[in-house]
Parts: sequence; structure tokens; C-alpha cells
Amino acid sequence: MVLNPSGDVANQQRDLLVSSTALMLVIIIPVIVMTIVFAWRYRHSNKQARYEPNWDHSIHLELLIWAVPLLIVIALGALTWVGTHMLDPYRPIDRIKAGLPISRKIKPLEVEVVALDWKWLFIYPQYGIATVNSIAAPLDRPIEFKITSASVMNSLFIPALAGQIYAMPGMETQLHAVANKAGDYQGFSGNFSGAGFSGMRFVFKAMLDADFDRWVARVKMRGGALQLETYQKLKLPSDKQPPLEFATVDPQLYPVILHRRTSIP
Amino acid sequence: MSALLGRLSLDVFPIHEPILVATFAGVALGGITLISVLTYFQLWGYLWREWFTTIDHKRIGIMYIVMAFVMLFRGFTDAMLMRAQQVVAFGGSEGFLPPHHYDQVFTAHGVIMIFFVAMPFVTGLMNFAVPLQIGARDVSFPFLNNFSFWMTVVGALLMNTSLFVGEFAGAGWLAYPPLSGIDYSPDVGIDYYIWALQIAGIGTLLSGVNLIVTIIKLRAPGMTMMKMPIFVWTALCTNVLIVAAFPILTVVLALLSLDRYAGTHFFTNDMGGNAMMYINLIWIWGHPEVYILILPLFGVFSEVTATFSGKKIFGYTSMVYATVVITILSYLVWLHHFFTMGSGASVNSFFGITTMIISIPTGAKIFNWLFTLYRGRIRFELPMMWTLAFMITFVIGGMTGVLLAVPPADFVLHNSLFLVAHFHNVIIGGVVFGTFAGISYWFPKAFGFKLDFFWGKMSFWFWVVGFYLAFMPLYVLGLMGVTRRLRQFDDPSLQIWFVIAAIGAACIAIGILSFGIQVFVSIRRRNELRDHSGDPWDGRTLEWSTASPPPTYNFAFTPVVHETDAWWDMKQRGFRRPATGFNAIHMPRNTPAGLLLAAVAGVFGFAVVWHIWWLAGLSFSIVIAGAIFHTFNYDRDFQIEAKVVGHTEDARTQELAQFPA
Repeated sequence: MVLNPSGDVANQQRDLLVSSTALMLVIIIPVIVMTIVFAWRYRHSNKQARYEPNWDHSIHLELLIWAVPLLIVIALGALTWVGTHMLDPYRPIDRIKAGLPISRKIKPLEVEVVALDWKWLFIYPQYGIATVNSIAAPLDRPIEFKITSASVMNSLFIPALAGQIYAMPGMETQLHAVANKAGDYQGFSGNFSGAGFSGMRFVFKAMLDADFDRWVARVKMRGGALQLETYQKLKLPSDKQPPLEFATVDPQLYPVILHRRTSIP
Repeated sequence: MSALLGRLSLDVFPIHEPILVATFAGVALGGITLISVLTYFQLWGYLWREWFTTIDHKRIGIMYIVMAFVMLFRGFTDAMLMRAQQVVAFGGSEGFLPPHHYDQVFTAHGVIMIFFVAMPFVTGLMNFAVPLQIGARDVSFPFLNNFSFWMTVVGALLMNTSLFVGEFAGAGWLAYPPLSGIDYSPDVGIDYYIWALQIAGIGTLLSGVNLIVTIIKLRAPGMTMMKMPIFVWTALCTNVLIVAAFPILTVVLALLSLDRYAGTHFFTNDMGGNAMMYINLIWIWGHPEVYILILPLFGVFSEVTATFSGKKIFGYTSMVYATVVITILSYLVWLHHFFTMGSGASVNSFFGITTMIISIPTGAKIFNWLFTLYRGRIRFELPMMWTLAFMITFVIGGMTGVLLAVPPADFVLHNSLFLVAHFHNVIIGGVVFGTFAGISYWFPKAFGFKLDFFWGKMSFWFWVVGFYLAFMPLYVLGLMGVTRRLRQFDDPSLQIWFVIAAIGAACIAIGILSFGIQVFVSIRRRNELRDHSGDPWDGRTLEWSTASPPPTYNFAFTPVVHETDAWWDMKQRGFRRPATGFNAIHMPRNTPAGLLLAAVAGVFGFAVVWHIWWLAGLSFSIVIAGAIFHTFNYDRDFQIEAKVVGHTEDARTQELAQFPA
């Protein structure tokens, strides 16, 4: 999954992973080969091999053994600096995929995420709807996640879409991503959060614009209302919660959860 | 809550958990058998006089390692339970461990393996070898050494008590709040965790102080810092790290206990607290901790490589500086454990790059070992085999570690089985392989006979092959997006990898068993395997200049050092062991004070876990008063008479004459 993603961010993360590994193999493979070769060549029974019991220093070799790792780390460090800034989860994305810069007309899809015991609540403030343990998004439109937790620490992770980021109570983290290929992808919590942790799974559905609009309309038609009272009930611990849909959401609910208030102002 | 028994009641015994009842029966049976055997052979007096109350650093070192093996048994059982659970919990099956139990199993596995297996292994090796390598007769504070050991034992006992009285923590080995806070973990599990680590932590800290002072103050004349064996250098750096890092753990656990016991809000959101503070603090201890574990083994590998290549270590000076650089840098990388917490890109890059920089001195060390092999005459004895397996395995673990240090890569690999594979790769490939190298290297020194080679090879191959089978699949699973600590799986394509991993774990089990057989067989064959020379490996450092096992006083005459490899140098110059002119030797006296104080500290831990306040207050007062009282005990030393030293040394003179090298 990590090596074959469907979102541009996860794609770039994969590329960085592969190029860093390649860079390190430049030194790792020779070291492994040398270990085996030296160990065999200088075995005790091989009296042909040179034996120099007092040879313990060579300025050239020592320069080399400090310099080669240093050079690789410089290259890797540069890659890291650039990659970390480009792929900072807080940074709004600037391209849909390679070679396709973002058009100014597209407004990102906003999703407010709340980790609960042991399920995920997704609120779509632009549409006034909410879902539990299921999330949908249109293709090639940037998604802006705002993430918090109403219980302990969790980590929102949809490997096909982008890397993970912690969900912490009383705090808001952010993640920017974009889906490029239609399909259903696994999402879950990446950080252990107690008894129901294994069941905190959800499906991330990436779909065409038109399908997404139909999906929103369907949620609006079929779902119930998410008010503070409904939320208080939803918040109670539950294991392997099946997906839920809400046609309306109190717009104050997310700030109330984030700031850990007990009532809507 | 009763005033007399606190939270303790009959309900806290897990009699409804069949796995635990069976375990208890097994432990009880084993315990009764052990006690009966010891009683039958009338060994209690011997154990008490010669081992439990000993202040001899060699015996304390050996006891640390015995304890680590006992705890390895427990920690490895937990590992097998997890492997089995993850094999069967597919296709809607819940497996055989309910969440509450599974969570305790993986938490206990981590806590035991780090604090009560890996730590006692390295502390044991350092305790045994450091004074011998610097030509000293004991550590600087022999009583404190005994006390440190028993505090570690009591910490481990308290932790294991949780198996049958109450429960253990189920919040992961570092107990992140808010999950470990009183709201989400109201039971005693986290309290057992806190107090077991606090008590053991005091032992660790004191033993760190002890070894630093020993290395600084008790080196043989002529052994300047740059003539110390590499193992002593790594031990020094490790103990500096212990002394600088463990107080952070003590404080962060104290703050967590205040949150739990006194209703403060250091790590909860209310009233300005913040869980991120805990995560930062615990990793400011936690990252140096991994170097505390690995550095002494780097030392072991250096000694072993030089000895079995019949060569001086290549690049002694750069080896020393590499060790020191790692020591310092280990404090500048802690944030790489939580790139995903949402720090800015510059902060994340900084910590990613500092982490990569550590690989430079580590890489230099690997090359130094490589060039020690180069133009050597390598004998493939067990310690050398473990070292070669380490070199190949560790570079793979190092590579995946650097990969995890690239923040964007970490975003997809964090908390995954890739991470789990990585740290087992470096801890098993480094710490465990190193410990086995160290044990097979120093065993003849400690007991006077070598370990059996055949069963050693069995243990070696099963461990090494088992490791690769058990953890390479975890790398694959991590790349498939599987996170750690999961109890159950949906995707059936993952199962095969867990099956392979379980087979690997079974191989490791055979490796551990083979080690047990190896020790048993070696004891049976001890006369054939006897080391009469005191120098079975043609060693280079001072411990090989004395008898195997060394007399209590280690050296009849304090050696004088001229070169880095002091004993090698002495042999080259035709050193002749003095056979007459012995003097009386001033030595510390055995004492039960350490054991008793630690035992009362254990009572305090238990009382405070269960909120039995009167007992907590009483036992705490006894520990403090007892410690102060013991400081007024001036009868702590005695002289080994010159005659006795003479007898011991004459026996060795005869043995050496009878069995010439």
C-alpha cells in the first residue's frame, strides 16, 4: 500500500523513501560485501593472506571512513530538508499531480476529523454533513483535514492518500492531500489508543466529482442530525462501529470539541 | 477502599483468566521445585553468604546476567503470545487474547525487554569486565553496587507481581498520556509500571554513578584515558548517559504519578497541562537510552574483533571520538520519535538531519571493525561469529533507521511494523548479539571454563536465522501499511507474513533453549573445557592477565600499564608473573544491607500501587532510616592476609607450571 499509493502526496513520500534507500545502499552493500570478504580472506587457516598484527592506523583510510558517510549524509540531508518542507502536512498542496499545477478556481474540500473511542467522526463544514467511520472525497481536488481528538491520542492514517498525523485532544493538527485514483482505500488509527484500537478502521472513498455530489445529496437525504446531544451519545466508547451518516451538523460542534467545552455557546 | 488494605481485595486476583491461572500454576510449581532443590542441597547459606550479600563486582555482574535471562524468559513468552495472536486473528477471528490482556502483553514485553533484560545485560557485562580491564580490585562503591542490583531485582519482581495481583499497564511501553492518565487507565496497571521503573531506576542511576567514579578514579597506574580499552570507553560514555538521562525519566514518571495520585494536570488538557510535554520528556530520556544499551556492546565488539583478529583495533583514536560524538548527539535527536505530532517542517528537518549525523560516527566504527579484520588472522570462535553476524545485521537496521529519520518517509512508516522491525533489528542485531558475544567471550574468565562450542553454534544459527525470519516479514508488512499493536486483521493477504514471523520466533526459541543446553553441557564438561592459563583467547587487555576465575581481589599486584592493549604489550615484552612478595590486600566486606533496603523498597512500591498508605509511609521511613543507619556502619572492610594471598597465588603458579600454554 505504502509503495503503490493513489494520492500525489503519498506518491512523493514513496519516491523519497526509494531514493533515500538507494542512496544508502551505495554504502551499505559494500560494507556487507567487505565484511564477508575480509572475514573469509583473513581466516586463521589461510596462511597465504598477509598478517600485520601491529597495523592499526592509516590516515588516508580514516579520512575516507569519515568522509564517505559524511558525503552521503550531506546528500541525504539536502534531500531531507527539501522533502520535509515540500511535503509538510501543514503546507497547502500546490499541484494535483506531477505536471498538473493547481487551478485557482478549485476550492479545497475541508474535512474536520475527530478521533473518538474507538471510531472516527468526519465533518464536512462546506456541506453541513458528517459521517462516522467512512469518508468520501472527489478526485483531483485538494483536501484540507483539520484533526483533533475527543479522547486519547490517535493518528489519522490513510496510507494510499498521504502520511499520518497525530490526533490529540485539545489540539488541532492539519493534513493536506489529494486523491488521484478512484477507489476504496483503508484508513485507520496509527497510534495505539486502548481496547478498541484494532477496530478503528474506515474506508476512504475517492470518486469522480459527479459521484461525490450524488454522495453528498444521498447523505443529506438519508442521514439524521448531529447535535451536541447526539454527539454526547456517539462519544461513548464503542468497538467496530459501523459507518453512520448525518444530514445536518451543528456548525459549532467542531470548535466545541476542539476547545473541550461542554456546551454550545 | 479499606484503610488496612487500600484497593486490595479478593477480586484483584485474576482467577477467571485461564491463561493467567495456568501461568501461575507453572510459576508456583517451578518456584516450589527451585526452593526444594536449594533446600535439599542446603544451598541457602552458600547463596546468601557468597552471592546475595556479596559486594564483589564480578558476582554482582553475573547475577545481573542471570536475572536478565530469567526475565528474557518472561519477555519472550509475551513475544510468542503476540506472534501467535497475530497469526490466528484473521477472517473475523478474535484470536485467543482479549484486548485487555493483549494490551498488557505487548506493554509488558517492551518494558521487560528494555528495562529488565537489555539493561541488566549491559550493566552485568560492565560490572564484570570494567574493573578487571582497568586493573582495579572492585568498583568505587561496592555496597552501592549490591544495593543497585537488588533495586533492579525488586523493580522486576514488582512488575511481575502484577501478573497475578491486579494487572499490568496496557498503554504501551512508554505509557503516553492521556491514555495512561487516571481517566483512561483507572486501574493499578500504570501504577505498577511507574513504581517498578522508579525503583529499578534508582538502581540504574546509582550503578551509573558508581561505574563513572570507578573508571575515573581506579584505573591502574599508567592507564591514561587514551590507553583505556575501548570497552571501558564505551562503558564510561554509557554511564555518563545514564546519569544524565535517567533523572529525566524519574521526573517524568513522578509528574505522571502526581497526575494520577494527586489530581494535578501536568499532562492532561485541563488547567494548562499538555500531553505533548510528556512525549517530549520521555523521549529526551528514551533516545539516550537506546545508546545506553548499544554503546557497551560496541565496546564488546571492539574487544572481540581485535582479540580474534590477533590485531590491534584499527583507529583507536577515531573509535574513541566516535563514541564520544555519539554520546553527545544522542541528546539532539529525540524529536524523531514523533515527527507526526505536527512540528513545523524546519524543526522536523533539524531533528531528521541530526539523526542522520549520528550515522557518521557509527559508520566510522563499522569501518574500524572492518579494517581490524583486514590483514588479521581471524579465529571463528563464538564471540567472533556473533560479531560478524552483528556487523551484517546492524548495518541493515542502521539503514532502515536513517530511512525513518527522513520525516516524509516517517509519515508513512511511523508506528508501523516497519518501525517495529527496525528497532528489533538494531536491538537484537546489536544488543542481543553483542551480549552473546560478550558472554561467550568472558564466560571462561568468569567461571574458569569455556562454553561448549557445538551448542553455542546451534544457539548462534537459530538466533540469527530466527531473527531474519521473524523480522524481515515485519518490514514487508510495514510497507504494506500495517501498524503496530493491532490485535486483529481484516486483510487475509497479510496472514502469510505473520506465519513466517511466527516461525522465526520459534527458531529464536530454539536458539534460547540451545543456549540453556550449552550452559548445562558446558558445566558437565567443565574439566575438558577448563581454562588453566587465565588467557584462553590470547587476549589483549588486563582481565586476561589474572586467573580464571579471578581471585576475589582480582590482581595480587596492581598492574602497571604502558600501552593501549596492556596485557598484549606485557606478553610481547616477556612479562613474568611475580611468584613471591605478596602483601595483605584491603577489601570491602559483604553486607545484607542492600538486599534488605531494596526489599523494603519493594514493599513500599506494592503499598503505593494499592494505596495502602500506612504501609507505604512505614516502609518508606524504614528505607530512609535504614539507609542513614547503614552509613554509620564503619565495619565495612577487612584485610586478606598476605599468607592467604600467597596460598592463592602459589596454587596458580603451580597450575600454570602444570599446564603450560
